[in-house]
Amino acid sequence: MLYKNLIYLNMLNRYETVFIATPVLSEAQMKEAVEKFRNVITSNNGVIVHEEYWGLKKLAYPIQKKSTGFYHLFEFEGDGSIVEQLELQFRRDEKIIRFLTVKLEKYAIEYLERKRAKKEESLKEKEA
Amino acid sequence: MVQNNSEIRYLTPPSVEIRKKKYCRFRKNRIKYIDYKDPEFLKKFLNEQGKILPRRVTGTSLKYQRKIAMAIKRARHLALLPYVTDLLK
Repeated sequence: MLYKNLIYLNMLNRYETVFIATPVLSEAQMKEAVEKFRNVITSNNGVIVHEEYWGLKKLAYPIQKKSTGFYHLFEFEGDGSIVEQLELQFRRDEKIIRFLTVKLEKYAIEYLERKRAKKEESLKEKEA
Repeated sequence: MVQNNSEIRYLTPPSVEIRKKKYCRFRKNRIKYIDYKDPEFLKKFLNEQGKILPRRVTGTSLKYQRKIAMAIKRARHLALLPYVTDLLK
């Protein structure tokens, strides 16, 4: 039983996805799109660890003749098959102009968690 | 004209260059992961045209140069950094 659990644990990977949506969307439409991809992750037994919305950002070079875009980031844990599903949905969705999924290795997880902890601390300090 | 013969004089003083030894900043500061989402940091490793600087200029060790290159290419894909440009800095 224990051995079985161990194998299961090893199969879980941590991934990070950033995608860029077209700037023609309204705030509500953007929220809807984010919700849709969040559902793709959770419905495939993925667990969202962290989420970040960067808002409308200027692109370093034009993509599909657009110079700005909405950035959103998901950090999630799960099986590798989620990535396939998620990227398929990204490709099908014409609102998405760019996406990137990266597998996070242990140092990356460490770094990101430390960064988040620091951010929380500074927020608490501000409140105090 | 008084000449000091005890001292050897040169027309141009011999250049004694003491070059500071280069070091890898990632090794020194024990940085293990290079974040591709931080374009301001990655810009330290680019020249004005947005090209990746060679190791002999930055002093980065091979292991981390590979990681920098990876991070820069990821940042370029996400339009956080340009592929080609003039006057990046």
